[in-house]
Amino acid sequence: MKHQPRRERREKLPDPPPGSGPFSEPVPEPGSEKGDPERLYVITGGPDGGDRAALDLVTMVVACSTPSPTVQPEQAAILRLCRAPLSVAEISAYLRLPFSVVTSLLTDLLATELVESRAPIVRAVLPDRSLLEAVMHGLQRL
Amino acid sequence: MDFNGSDTITGPRTEDVLPSTATAAVKVVIVGGFGVGKTTMVGSVSEIRPLTTEETMTQASIGVDDNSRIEGKTATTVAMDFGRISISEQLILYLFGTPGQERFWFLWNGLFEGALGAVVLVDTRRLEVSFDVIGRLEERGVPFVVAVNTFPDAPHHPMEALRHALDLPDEVPMVNCDARQRASSRDVLMTLMHYLHTLAAQRA
Ligand SMILES: Nc1nc2c(ncn2[C@@H]2O[C@H](COP(=O)(O)OP(=O)(O)OP(=O)(O)O)[C@@H](O)[C@H]2O)c(=O)[nH]1
Ligand SMILES: [Mg+2]
Repeated sequence: MKHQPRRERREKLPDPPPGSGPFSEPVPEPGSEKGDPERLYVITGGPDGGDRAALDLVTMVVACSTPSPTVQPEQAAILRLCRAPLSVAEISAYLRLPFSVVTSLLTDLLATELVESRAPIVRAVLPDRSLLEAVMHGLQRL
Repeated sequence: MDFNGSDTITGPRTEDVLPSTATAAVKVVIVGGFGVGKTTMVGSVSEIRPLTTEETMTQASIGVDDNSRIEGKTATTVAMDFGRISISEQLILYLFGTPGQERFWFLWNGLFEGALGAVVLVDTRRLEVSFDVIGRLEERGVPFVVAVNTFPDAPHHPMEALRHALDLPDEVPMVNCDARQRASSRDVLMTLMHYLHTLAAQRA
């Protein structure tokens, strides 16, 4: 076998502070910028930078009502798309809007109860074996 | 884009519309260096034509907290392909393929942490392009399996040699795959689920 480079284990970097939600921007630690250029980037966010609902890429969204003439065109588009459940990622793809812009639009729609959302099942400290069995069963039929 | 006319926005095709019961979602992330076959794998197992979501990253100026200057900063758009598999009437599995510059995706808190696990695709001709991502997954405690994408002109290496080169412990599953084949990609996902199941059983 040709000489393969070998991976070197990296030193563990400190974890982000607990409770940092999906959209918390990484806070650069003093002195950490040098070796870690990506820490110089932040998710730009929606237009206002205000509080956004904690939405995941795969939070499922479904409309509770049909668009009324008073909602913004972008929000009306979301209401039309979400007559059946759709993930935030799919809404972003179909509307061709960045994820953070979609979450900001959805925050308003959630506040006014025009849509409902359901958080995804995330990897827990103790993963749910019956969930994994359901996934395996589903994959088997593929 | 014109959001006023409903005609301008193409939603899911009729056959891709989810039933109203589909409200539980899980995700798996497919990672690996440039050109290792991530998009191919998402496409081969997805029930929908793969879609793309994007996010804008801005180069932040450290210590400067002035949003009015955002225009002067370098903005980078990162796009990510994803697909979907309906597991049942209730449960949907989403697969995300992170593109080239993975480092950006690790800024997206929750993308990896919320995932059930990850698939690391490697190309034996360029193993080193996957070193960085493996380190990042380990740091974050994201369970993963390694799928060796078998390109025709790739040299064949015994799995143990690859395990050594990647410095992976024995328990991390490693499998060969052809990302273009649905059954093969499906088997990789199955390997990941079995591994997660084993980990869950150990901790229970
Ligand atoms: N022979 C063979 N070719 C493959 C396989 N998987 C992918 N390819 C080819 O390899 C090329 C790169 O595959 P992509 O799926 O675009 O790779 P990627 O990881 O998404 O690439 P980036 O997003 O650019 O990082 C394409 O031309 C694929 O057709 C495989 O399993 N076998
Ligand atoms: Mg790709």
